[in-house]
Amino acid sequence: MTVNGWLQIAVFFALVLLTTKPLGKYMARVFEGRRTLLDPILVPVERLLYRMTGVQREDEMRWTEYGGAMLLFSLATMLLTYVIERAQHILPWNPQHLAGVTPALAWNTAVSFTTNTNWQSYVPEQTMSYLTQMLGLATHNFWSAATGIALAVAFIRGIARREMKTLGNFWVDLTRATLWVLLPISIVLALVLVSQGVIQNLRPYATAQILQPQTQTTTGPDGKPATATISTQTIAQGPAASQEAIKMLGTNGGGFFNANSAHPFENPTPFSNLLEMFAIFLIPAGLTATLGEMTGSPRHGWAVFAAMALLWFAGVFTCYWAESQPSPLVHGVEQRASLNQAGGNMEGKEVRFGIANSALFATVTTDASCGAVNSAHDSFTPLGGMVPMVNILLGEIVFGGVGAGLYGMLIFVIISVFIAGLMVGRTPEYLGKKIEAYDVQLAMLYLLIFPLIILCLSAISVLSPGFGLSALTNQGPHGLSEIFYAYTSATGNNGSAFAGLSANTRWYNITLGIAMFFGRFLMIVPMLAVAGNLVTKRRAPASVGTFPVTTPLFTALLTSVILIVGALTFVPALSLGPVLEHLMMHAGQVF
Amino acid sequence: MKRHLITACLYTAITAIVLGVGYPLLITGIARLAFPAQASGELVWRNGVLVGSRLIGQPFSGDHYFHSRPSAAGSGYDASASSGSNLGPTSKPLVERIAQSVSSEKTEAPVPVDLVTASGSGLDPDISPAAALYQVHRVSSATGIPEETLRRLVAAHITPRQLGLLGEPRVNVLELNLDLGRLSENKPNISRSQTNP
Repeated sequence: MTVNGWLQIAVFFALVLLTTKPLGKYMARVFEGRRTLLDPILVPVERLLYRMTGVQREDEMRWTEYGGAMLLFSLATMLLTYVIERAQHILPWNPQHLAGVTPALAWNTAVSFTTNTNWQSYVPEQTMSYLTQMLGLATHNFWSAATGIALAVAFIRGIARREMKTLGNFWVDLTRATLWVLLPISIVLALVLVSQGVIQNLRPYATAQILQPQTQTTTGPDGKPATATISTQTIAQGPAASQEAIKMLGTNGGGFFNANSAHPFENPTPFSNLLEMFAIFLIPAGLTATLGEMTGSPRHGWAVFAAMALLWFAGVFTCYWAESQPSPLVHGVEQRASLNQAGGNMEGKEVRFGIANSALFATVTTDASCGAVNSAHDSFTPLGGMVPMVNILLGEIVFGGVGAGLYGMLIFVIISVFIAGLMVGRTPEYLGKKIEAYDVQLAMLYLLIFPLIILCLSAISVLSPGFGLSALTNQGPHGLSEIFYAYTSATGNNGSAFAGLSANTRWYNITLGIAMFFGRFLMIVPMLAVAGNLVTKRRAPASVGTFPVTTPLFTALLTSVILIVGALTFVPALSLGPVLEHLMMHAGQVF
Repeated sequence: MKRHLITACLYTAITAIVLGVGYPLLITGIARLAFPAQASGELVWRNGVLVGSRLIGQPFSGDHYFHSRPSAAGSGYDASASSGSNLGPTSKPLVERIAQSVSSEKTEAPVPVDLVTASGSGLDPDISPAAALYQVHRVSSATGIPEETLRRLVAAHITPRQLGLLGEPRVNVLELNLDLGRLSENKPNISRSQTNP
C-alpha cells in the first residue's frame, strides 16, 4: 500500500461525499414534483410521453398496483430484448454479420439486463450486434435503473406518509427518474468519456498491420504441431461510450466488450476510471440524502450513509492490503511497489490502474450492484477476492445498486430497530411508526430468500460433475469460489464474475437466469408489502423511550446487524472457498 | 391491470426508440464533431497503413523489440476477443506460466511483476517503467543502440500519473517500439532482422 494509493482513494470518497447532499435534495424535488432547473425542457417531454402512453399522472397506486405495473413493464422490456437478440441477424447495424443469439443465452441475457444484473455469459464483441447493444441492452440500463429508483422512492414514501394507502405512481416515478436524473447525467458523462478515448462509432471492425508479425506454434486436432503467422490485428469498434456512461450510472455493469472496464476502449485512462467509479456511487449515495429529505430527518440519512461508508472502508482496506501482498508461489519476480511499478498481484490487472485503483474498483462495484470490473476478480488473491464476494453477500447495501441498495438497507434498518426494541423491551419504532410482527416477518422473508437461492443452486452445481463442475477453469477451493461467486452475483443482481467459470452452458444459463429473476422480483414483493403496510400507520410522537435513528449508536448497531446476519449465513461457504485457499496458498499448495 | 399492460407496451416501444436509438446517435454525432480521433479508437497510421491503436497493445517477441505483457486475449492481443486469463492465485497452470516467463529472461535480476502477468483485458497497451528499463539491456545488445540512448528513449515515453495523482506511471509499448524503429533506421550499420524465436 502506498501514500499515493490512499490519496487516490481519498479523492474518490471526497467526490462522493461532496455530491451526496446536493444530488439527494435535487432527487427529492424531482420525486415530490417540485420545480427544478430542467423543468422548462423536460416538462413538455414528460406530458407528451404520458399522453402517448395513456398515463394519468394524478393516479396514486397502492403497493399491489405499483408492483403490478412494475412487473408488467419489466416483462414487456424483457420480451423486447429477447426478440431483438434472436433476430439480430436480420436487423440493421450488424456490420460484423453476427448470427442470431441461441435461445438459452438470449433468455439468460434478457433476464440479466432486465434485473439490473448484467451477468454476461457471452463475449459481446463476438456475439451482439451494434443494434442489440444499443436497443436491446443499453435501454435496459436506463429502464432497470429507473425502476430501482422508483421502488426506492416508493419505499421512502411508505415511511414518510401517514395514514395513507398509496405509494405514488409507478409510471411517473419511472419517467422522472429517467428524464430528470439518468439521461442528463449520462449525456455529460458519455461525452467526457469519449474525450478520454472511449470509442463511439458505428463502423465495422478495423484491421491493422501489426508492427512485428508473430509466428505461433499450435497443436492441431490431429496432434501435429502447426505454425501460423499472425500479421494483422482486428480491432473491435462500436458505440461504447453511450452505453458505458449509463452502465456505470445505473449500476448495471454490462460491458460493451468482454473485458468490461478493463478494456482500454471502455476505460482508457485513470481519469475515466475515477469517473466510472464515481458514477457507480453517485446516485445510491445521493438517495441516502433523498431519504433524509423526504422523511424530514436529514440526520437519519447521514446515519445510514455513515454505516455504508464504514463498510465500504473496511472492504477497500482489506482488498487493497491483500492485493499488495507478494504471492508466495512465484519466484524470481520483483513484486514490491516502487517508484517505477505498482508491484503486488498484477495478474488480471491493467498497468494504468495498478493495485490501488483495481482494489477500489472491485470494492465499489460490488458494494453497489454494479458488477462492472476493471480487473479480473478471478485472479485476485484469496482474501482480496473474498472482499467483492462478501460485499454482494451482505446484500449490496453499501450504497448499493440504484434504488435497490437503499431499500435493501432499509430492510436492515427495520431489523435493527426491532432488535433495539427487544433490548429495551418496548415496541420498536422507526421514525415515529410502530414496527410490528407483520413488518418484521416480511423483512425476514426478504433476508432469507437471498441465501436460499444462492446456497441451494451452488450446492447442486458443486455436487454435479457432469454439468456443474465441468465448467470450471480452476480446481481446489478456488473452484468452489467460482461457482459460489456466480450464484451470489446472479442472485444479488451484481453481474461481476469469477470469470473462469465457462457459464455459457444450458445448465448455467438457465439456473443463473432463474437466480437473477427471483433475486430481483421475489425480493421486491415483500419489500413493497412492508412499504404498503408502513404507509397506513400513524406517526407517534417521539418519547424518551424511542430509540433514535440519527446517532452514531444507531450507525454502530445497524453495521453490526448487517455483519452478524451476513456472517451467520455465509461463513461456512466462505471458509471452504477463499479462507481455505488462503491457508493452502501459504502452505505452498497449487491445484 | 389491462390498462397497465397497454401502457407497459407503449412505454417500452417509445422509450426504446428514445434511449436505444436517439441517445446513442446523439452521442455518436457530437463525438464525431468534437472528438473524432478518440471516438474511432486513436488509430495509428504509418505511411498510409493502419498499424494499430494507441490504446490497444500488440504482441512483440525476439530481442529487437520491447515486449508487451503476456496476453490471454484470443491467441494473444486479439482485439476482437478481449479477456484475462482468469487463473486463480493457486492455479498450477498460472504458477507454471509465470515460472516459464521468468526463465526465458536472460538476466539474473528479478523480473518486474507486470512483465510476467497477463492483464485483465489481454490488450493492455502499457508496461510499467520498471518493466521497460528492465528490457533495455537486452534490446541494446540485439540492436547495438547504446543503453544510455535507450534509457533516454524510455524516459521520454513514460506517461506520468494523470493530473500528477491518478493511476500509475506507464510506458506505451507500441509507441516506444515505433520510436525504437526510427532510431534503428537512422543507424544503417545496424542489421534489423526481424527474427522470431
